[in-house]
Amino acid sequence: MADTNTAAAENADTVVKNAETNAAEALLEVEHLHKAYGEKVVLEDISLTVKRGEVVVIIGPSGCGKSTFLRCLNALEPIQGGSVRVAGVEVGADKRQLVALRQKVGMVFQSYDLFPHMTVLDNITLAPMKARGVGRAEAEAQARALLERVGLSDKADSFPRMLSGGQKQRVAIARALAMEPELLLLDEVTAALDPEMVREVLDVILDLAREGKTMVIVTHEMQFARAVADRVLFFDGGGIVEQDIPERFFAHPQTERAQRFLHTFEFDAVRTHEG
Amino acid sequence: MEALGIDVLFKGTNALRLLQGLWIAVQISGISVALSIVLGVLLGIFMMWKNPVARAVSRLYLEIVRIMPQLALLYIVFFGATRVLGINLTAEFSAIIVFTFWGTGEMGDLVRGALASTPRHQYESAAALGLTRAQAYRYVIIPQAVRRLVPAAINLVTRMVKTTSLLLMIGIIEMMKVGQQIIEANRMTSPNAVFGIYGTIMLLYFAVCWPISLLANHLSKKWN
Amino acid sequence: MAEYLPLYKDAALLTLGIGWAGIAGAIVIGLAVALVVHFRIPVAKQICQAYVELFRNTPLLIQLFFFYFGLPRFGFSITPQFCGAFGLALHGGAYMAESFRSGFESVDRIQRETSLALGLTPLQAVRYVILPQAVTLAFPSFVANVIFLLKETSVFSAISLMDLMFVTKDLMGLYYRTTECLTMLVLFYLVILVPVSVAGSVIERRLRYGSFGN
Repeated sequence: MADTNTAAAENADTVVKNAETNAAEALLEVEHLHKAYGEKVVLEDISLTVKRGEVVVIIGPSGCGKSTFLRCLNALEPIQGGSVRVAGVEVGADKRQLVALRQKVGMVFQSYDLFPHMTVLDNITLAPMKARGVGRAEAEAQARALLERVGLSDKADSFPRMLSGGQKQRVAIARALAMEPELLLLDEVTAALDPEMVREVLDVILDLAREGKTMVIVTHEMQFARAVADRVLFFDGGGIVEQDIPERFFAHPQTERAQRFLHTFEFDAVRTHEG
Repeated sequence: MEALGIDVLFKGTNALRLLQGLWIAVQISGISVALSIVLGVLLGIFMMWKNPVARAVSRLYLEIVRIMPQLALLYIVFFGATRVLGINLTAEFSAIIVFTFWGTGEMGDLVRGALASTPRHQYESAAALGLTRAQAYRYVIIPQAVRRLVPAAINLVTRMVKTTSLLLMIGIIEMMKVGQQIIEANRMTSPNAVFGIYGTIMLLYFAVCWPISLLANHLSKKWN
Repeated sequence: MAEYLPLYKDAALLTLGIGWAGIAGAIVIGLAVALVVHFRIPVAKQICQAYVELFRNTPLLIQLFFFYFGLPRFGFSITPQFCGAFGLALHGGAYMAESFRSGFESVDRIQRETSLALGLTPLQAVRYVILPQAVTLAFPSFVANVIFLLKETSVFSAISLMDLMFVTKDLMGLYYRTTECLTMLVLFYLVILVPVSVAGSVIERRLRYGSFGN
């Protein structure tokens, strides 16, 4: 079981590497992506190129399709039209390559979803050992290094239920990093956290950005988006409405929809009694 | 038909006799189910009491129901009552006693489970809204508990129907017994009767229990 | 009472032997069926569902009669021992399948997605992530099924297996020592079932403590 997978993974590795040389800069290429549930169109004609080392942040109102878009990028959702390519290899074209592709694309979800029956260390080493055939010693050394990096080296032998939300999410990020993904997808990773824990998770992501990790991030944290993004995409109604560098986007949104969306984060004072 | 032994069913009144057997089985389970539901609800409420004696008694009762095979209980009541108490119980009456004893315990545990699993904050929110205790039960707790309870209770009904097959073993005229009689009577003329008769009895039980199971599944999907 | 002890002991051993053999079979069948249903394997899934419905909705006693008296008609000669274990395995398999299936269903869908997103194959996701959690979640109903199936062995006497019920009825008929015989019957069932019940709830408590709360 494990052997055949390793072989398959190696095989796919060479395919991906060959493709890399052709695709120069672009790591993720999305062309005319179309996604529908039956009659209901969720994403329409989306095209996007993300270069190696680039951090793209997607914002938009709930139900605009931004999470679905992220899930399409590693084929958790099938797409009905267009194409997604990671490092030159088409996602979803070949079922056998799917596993190899997903190993190149890490994903972290809002609800962390650690495996509750495993220790933190086992959570992190599972995929490297089973999917890539790394030996236990090597996988554990790597896992401990990653835990160190997210500031949780003392939690290796804890079970997920003993951790706070912020700690769980940092473990989930370490778990995704253990597969050494070329592209990391983060889906509202702080949305389920208590406010005081948001910071510790965002700091980890900012570190990753500094190190040049390619990321596509869906978030509601506007300050964070401004700080981390090379480019901001504003999604609404199943498509990209506007995209720009964060400085321009947040200061002078061009479209009326983006203006209205950004306005929902501001409050007008209702104070009637002067202190 | 002959190879499967179904032909015996069409000889004389055989089919009718089998149906009558099923009818007795259904009647016995019907009475026991009705009694179990009423007594079980009472037991469930009784078990919610914090009184240690009430807890110990209901716990012991539940453990007996959980551990003793129904057939052993049937033997104890049917054979034991005659011996120890000197009263002669009919097989039907013994069956109703045992099935009700067993069904009440199972039902009581389901009722208790349904009441206990209603989250605490539901009680608290009801109280915070200014509802009295009785109103809280009437409008908030019981409707939720019923939804949790009904699918499991319906499954209990199918188990009680199936258990009527045990009555054969203390010699009651019910479906199984009828089946055996038909087989005995046709041993020479229809050697394959066993197959046809037991197959038919199986299907008759299935015909009664399956719709009930489907209803339970449907309700539990709809409500959860 | 002492003179009956060896008879009851043999009967209890028979009940336990055939009972556990049948339960082991039921676990294997139940797990296989639950996996087929979980992976939605076409045709096999429908067959498995029909099997579960048929065997859950008919009494074990009739199933045993059907196999014991029916199968020889088709040229399969079977011993009562085999028939008992075989019938219990098929009957129990249907119950175990339901319990495992609902265990699979209660594991969060996103656990599977997370595993796939990490690059595991669907089979690896089941083996390392979903199955261990499903088994834990299914454990309470699994224990209930084991107890239920051990109790169901009480109908074995119908296919002339000399189990506890058989011995009790036999001795009552021979010596009219009803009270003693029934007392022994109760005691022996307690000896068989109480340890299972106690062990079950101890493990259950430990599992509940050990593995929940993501």
